[in-house]
Amino acid sequence: MSSRAEILALLRENARYSAADMARQTDLDPEEVERVIAELEDDGVVAGYQAVLDYGELDEERVRALVELNVTLDRETSYADIAERLAKFPEVEGLRLVSGDYDFDMEVEGDSMSEVSRFISEKVAPVPEITQTVTHYVMESYKERGIVFGDGDDDDRLSISP
Amino acid sequence: MTMEVSDRVDGVPPSGIRRFFELAEEMDDIISLGVGEPDFSAPWSARDAAIASLERGETSYTANRGKKELREAIARHQHDAYGLDYDPDEEIIVTTGASEGIDLALRALVDPGDTVAVAQPSYVSYVPGVLFAGGEPLPVPTRAEDEFKLTREVLEDAGADEADALIYCYPNNPTGATMTGEELADVAAFCRENDLLVLADEIYAALTYEHEHTSIATLPEMRERTVVFNGFSKAYAMTGLRLGYAMGPAEAIAGMNRVHQYTMLSAPTTAQHAALDALANCDDDVADMREQYDRRRNFVLSRFAEMGIDCFEAAGAFYAFPKCPTGDSEAFAENLLQEERVAVVPGDVFGAGGEGHLRVSYATGLEDLKTAMNRIESFIS
Repeated sequence: MSSRAEILALLRENARYSAADMARQTDLDPEEVERVIAELEDDGVVAGYQAVLDYGELDEERVRALVELNVTLDRETSYADIAERLAKFPEVEGLRLVSGDYDFDMEVEGDSMSEVSRFISEKVAPVPEITQTVTHYVMESYKERGIVFGDGDDDDRLSISP
Repeated sequence: MTMEVSDRVDGVPPSGIRRFFELAEEMDDIISLGVGEPDFSAPWSARDAAIASLERGETSYTANRGKKELREAIARHQHDAYGLDYDPDEEIIVTTGASEGIDLALRALVDPGDTVAVAQPSYVSYVPGVLFAGGEPLPVPTRAEDEFKLTREVLEDAGADEADALIYCYPNNPTGATMTGEELADVAAFCRENDLLVLADEIYAALTYEHEHTSIATLPEMRERTVVFNGFSKAYAMTGLRLGYAMGPAEAIAGMNRVHQYTMLSAPTTAQHAALDALANCDDDVADMREQYDRRRNFVLSRFAEMGIDCFEAAGAFYAFPKCPTGDSEAFAENLLQEERVAVVPGDVFGAGGEGHLRVSYATGLEDLKTAMNRIESFIS
């Protein structure tokens, strides 16, 4: 595996590993690890770092919704144009063009259901190319970006074994 | 009437880790580096195959030697992976874990009074297995300065030239030591010259990080004097499914099957279905797990080096075997457990050559490993 691939695998596992810890797990030295990370950032491969939150464990619960969007294109408007417009809204946490029954899959976050509903009806639905929105509120989240939510204490192996 | 166990059983001491195990079980919130099994679950497709076999109602015994289909798959896999060639009909037997295979071989091939040289430190079951078979174990202590490898010298020093058989495990539990083909050639020559039967436990063969695994049975004139053990517990994280196998000359396997058909009858059917799937579909899962173990291994070895704890480059299985910073490894392990809540296993429970060392398993997630190594550092400073 190349050093880029090794570092990427480690960052995807846990972006908070220190350069020294990553160096210990690979054949690289800490300076080399930092150089590879900087290169990945400069190349835009690593676009950012965020914590994966289990909102169920937060006192102030955030409301999240997955919104299906259908659009109609004309000669002057492309999917990218619509995406650029939608992505500017701070409420939009994720936006993907997808195949299947609808065109865009949009993830929206807000403090309440009414806030999210208002955002979709007042900001999203009026976009001229958007022909339909279907909103699914997230009720429970079990796994996010590869991380399973739970108490994490499920190692019931014998503490000492042959 | 007082129920008394036989002298043969009474003469076998309880496992050296039992007291330590009981101590660890009483405590909460410990990070255990004492575990000898993967922290992964078996690959999903193997689990699914096991479930599907149950749904189909396949809950009967299989052939004593194991499902023919599975023996054929094992033969193909061993040929492709390690260059071993065995006839699935006569030279392979599927067992309830590699441990049963080892017990079968000892009972089938060792006569009362026969001497079995046991390369140590070793898996804790070898010596009791020899004793249960009526044999006499001869410890062959390997040395830290040889990176716990078997050499002609240690075999000669232990008097193994007078033994009838040799049992060893590489990659090794508890040391993590491995043997290259060249190094094994020396051992093979010794066994040929002194007419030793070889029982080669290769359960960790898939977990070799620095070089390809070599089986002693592939070396010249060794196949006819060797029984090789392997299984699904370590590479496929299937410890609880209890499935292993043994390969050797037809007469040896026939003898082992004689014991097996009167005791176990056949290995668990459900597990055999999981194993069939594991061999067919789970190479990528094994590669992923090995990659993660390798990263953890580098991490652990590097942290020991930073702490100034002497540890050779353990290149197999999922154990490091550092020198204990104090002389008494049992006291060190007990105090580490009591004060820092980190469980490691004192090396002396694995027999001669293990004294003054600790077995540190890295079959534990990296976050816990990190915390545990920090605690060990603070404990010794």
